Amino acid sequence: MSIADEELAEQVVKIKAPSRGRVVARRFFTMRQGQLGFALLALMFLLAFAGPHFTHWTYTDKDFAAFLRPPSAEHYWGTLQTGADVFAVTLRGMQKSLIVGLLVAVVATTLAAVVGAFAGYFLGWTDRVLMWVVDLLLVLPSFLILAIMSPLFAGGAWVLFVIMLALFLWMITSKVVRGMTVSLKEREFISAARYMGVPAPTIIFRHVIPNMSSLLVVDATLNVSSAILTETTLSYFGFGIQPPDVSLGSLIADGSKTAVFAPWTFWFAAGLLILTVLSVNLIGDSLRDAFDPTSKRGS
Amino acid sequence: MSDPVLQVADLDVRFGDVRAVRGVGYEVRAGEVLGIVGESGSGKSVTALAVMGLLPPHARVTGSVRLRGTEILGAKEKTLTAFRGRTISMVFQDPLSALTPVYRVGDQIAEAVRVHQKVTAEQAMVRAVELLDLVGIPNPGQRARAFPHEFSGGMRQRAVIAMAVANDPDVIICDEPTTALDVTIQAQVLDVLKKAQKETGAAIVMITHDLGVVAGFADRVLVMYAGRAVEVGQVDDIYYRPRMPYTMGLLGSVPRLDAGGRRPLVPIEGNPPSPAELPPGCPFTPRCPMAIEACAEAEPPLEPVNGPGHLAACIRAEEIARENLSPAEVYDVAGEVRGRHAATPEPAAEPAAGPAVRAAPTPREGREVVLSVADLVKHYPLTKGAVFRRRVGTVHAVDGITFDIRRGETLGLVGESGCGKTTTLTEILELTKPQRGTIAVLGRDVAALGARDRTALRRDMQVVFQDPLASLDPRMTVYDILAEPLRTQGRRDAGTRVRELLDLVGLDPGHAARYPQDFSGGQRQRIGIARALALEPKLVLLDEPVSALDVSIQAGVVNLLEDLRRRLGLSYLFVAHDLAVVRHLADRVAVMYLGRIAEIGDVERVYGAPMHPYTQALLSAIPLPDPVKERSRRRILLEGDLPSPAHPPSGCRFRTRCPKFKALTDGERVRCVEVEPEVRPLDVDQGVACHYAEKLEVV
Repeated sequence: MSIADEELAEQVVKIKAPSRGRVVARRFFTMRQGQLGFALLALMFLLAFAGPHFTHWTYTDKDFAAFLRPPSAEHYWGTLQTGADVFAVTLRGMQKSLIVGLLVAVVATTLAAVVGAFAGYFLGWTDRVLMWVVDLLLVLPSFLILAIMSPLFAGGAWVLFVIMLALFLWMITSKVVRGMTVSLKEREFISAARYMGVPAPTIIFRHVIPNMSSLLVVDATLNVSSAILTETTLSYFGFGIQPPDVSLGSLIADGSKTAVFAPWTFWFAAGLLILTVLSVNLIGDSLRDAFDPTSKRGS
Repeated sequence: MSDPVLQVADLDVRFGDVRAVRGVGYEVRAGEVLGIVGESGSGKSVTALAVMGLLPPHARVTGSVRLRGTEILGAKEKTLTAFRGRTISMVFQDPLSALTPVYRVGDQIAEAVRVHQKVTAEQAMVRAVELLDLVGIPNPGQRARAFPHEFSGGMRQRAVIAMAVANDPDVIICDEPTTALDVTIQAQVLDVLKKAQKETGAAIVMITHDLGVVAGFADRVLVMYAGRAVEVGQVDDIYYRPRMPYTMGLLGSVPRLDAGGRRPLVPIEGNPPSPAELPPGCPFTPRCPMAIEACAEAEPPLEPVNGPGHLAACIRAEEIARENLSPAEVYDVAGEVRGRHAATPEPAAEPAAGPAVRAAPTPREGREVVLSVADLVKHYPLTKGAVFRRRVGTVHAVDGITFDIRRGETLGLVGESGCGKTTTLTEILELTKPQRGTIAVLGRDVAALGARDRTALRRDMQVVFQDPLASLDPRMTVYDILAEPLRTQGRRDAGTRVRELLDLVGLDPGHAARYPQDFSGGQRQRIGIARALALEPKLVLLDEPVSALDVSIQAGVVNLLEDLRRRLGLSYLFVAHDLAVVRHLADRVAVMYLGRIAEIGDVERVYGAPMHPYTQALLSAIPLPDPVKERSRRRILLEGDLPSPAHPPSGCRFRTRCPKFKALTDGERVRCVEVEPEVRPLDVDQGVACHYAEKLEVV
């Protein structure tokens, strides 16, 4: 390779750099909101997964010498009525809630985007069948079904729980996505891709879904909150995550009874829930702007 | 000379920090037509709205607008209302949004009458019918009771004109009144405007980007650039003795219907400046071939040059006047000076002669057929009912058309909206078996293609769309857009190729990381062309590729297309409604009417001596940017609108509007009504679908 060729190759690399992922990431991280949200969420994960190593108590341990004690050097965040260490159980609950919340949101939004886009793009029978499924799921009483299925979630089958939660969250979005796809399909850049010989599924994933990313990001953000909250509600009523495992929801449910005279039993769990939802919302907001090249922010 | 009815002086419009209009002044007298021309963003429409007092409240307007001596700028709303409609009225671009959809057309015109005149409802209605008759709407009494959606575009614009002249105004401001209309309808509407002006004796301010419309219609012309008037004068002075390089560039970049041969157009380099960030000094400096250092120092005022009434804002106008420089000279000088930048096009003095000279050495018959379409049919069913769908009719979008394109050749497919040209294009692009007839691309019948062959064939056939912004995915960088076809067809070295492509269409390869909206319209279209060329296709289908662009930008893209065709040996199917552009680019042309080909043949022959009455009417309807020729031309005005493709007339489809049909005897007419004419060759490479075709020179 001559020197000139090498130079050319270097320049080629240079213009190859801006892949979509990188551009979005760069825009995302130049936004203060994005940085803040990302840092906050990272901190939450760090706390939830690294935190338990800083105490010798585990979430199943009971300290029979300390019932309902305020925070101290021995129990950083105090103890519950049962003698359980609040720091240990809260972090355990947060692990569950973070994983459940994020996974449910990602699964639900992905499902909504894929089903909606395929239905809207192909129309005809694909559309009819997919929309029948959507309508069917819409009329099922989700809360009741989750409640009935709750015994199945015991014994660590939280993956099933995530799937069930996601299954009842995606339908409305998929209808919106379908509608947007029908109008997007008329746009010339979709025709251009079609006439280029790009296969339909590739068009859907490369052109249709990215052009709805604003909607999808907002939807995913909202889904994180609503998944955590649904899980919390279910756990509050005694369904959802089953003892001896804990979640933020079950902790808040228990803590609310003692919140008035022993605030540490309630406020740590509630505070972390609020911070998690806040950080996810900040990230969602910034992601939406980062995906949208017309947005003035972060460019 | 009578006093001016409308005087505008030092008009300034600001939106926040952006000065959209900067010190525009003009005056019009009764019975006079002033044409205001300029490209998009030059501030011509804002000027009109400011005069009418119709700008939104956040616009800051200063200066003076005097109507019959009364200052109306900053006047009270009540005073303005008394003037609007009565003394000054306006015709807007989009006739559909200018009429209220829920009221009958007659009532709307009657309302315009009653607002300013003390008449009864009956009298107003009678006047409304009179006005509809004046603007040439057939059956005015009956049509007055119709709703706007029952009117076609041309009829709606006539109704709007009827409203504008309802109170015998002194001034009519027309803002691009014919831009949304087809050429034959445009000719009708311009005719009506002329008639209306004769009836009322009003002054007309005609705002347009079409230099042809102004040439035949206006008495005086004002050229706007970047919010300022840069040249004003009598129409002949502006067209034959322009003194401002921008005006010269504008005239040079218009494709001419009457110019034979394949001369490269003269584009103005660069893009119009954004009103938010004007360059210092004369705003045209960065694009001007005659710019000197002094140009960038101060903005030149409008000063008289050769003779009264002709003003130009250029410090070198005197020089231009003294040496009587023509536009070609000014822009040729540029070619010599900057020859290294712009690859100087072929010697301009290419002989304007027959096809043999222009085409490649091999005669047409000897070259391979790239695309052949035979008896292509596309019908859409019209259905009714929600539960039990039943077919109530058929839209004959394309009804049996035949043509072929050979290697290195450009076929222009022209016609008005609704004639089926875009449907034809889509049918070819789909690469599936048509409803009837055959499509063969590179000798392969598309009906017999398997999925894999079809994908492989797409590599050889690409498309460029009309709207460059809509055809580029807004969420992808230019790099990704250009790499997409390469990746789809399994090419690895996308990076090098993208660089080559950007270079090929005259864009900076360093801009690959940008998004489409960071580019101007012309640059976006270049990206679209680059994408189409990525896989080195043999055939490129162009769907109105320049109709969304300004003239000065359009010229550059037209030259690029022509240059690429020659360098890469491409064949084009060029779908367009602009016949002047087609004459510049095409070797052969097919004229479509209601899903059928009316005339097909060599460009020079079809334009020089059209034989089908529709081609003749179409060509005669296109205004030329040449005032003297324009005044002496005879227009063949077609009556009425395009019939619905759901119910095409029996026999010859054009007979309902055909001027020739009217002149025939009853005996001769039978053939037109009963027998649908096929395209039959009448001359060397010229076929016509008319029973009684004869040559006629119309351009």
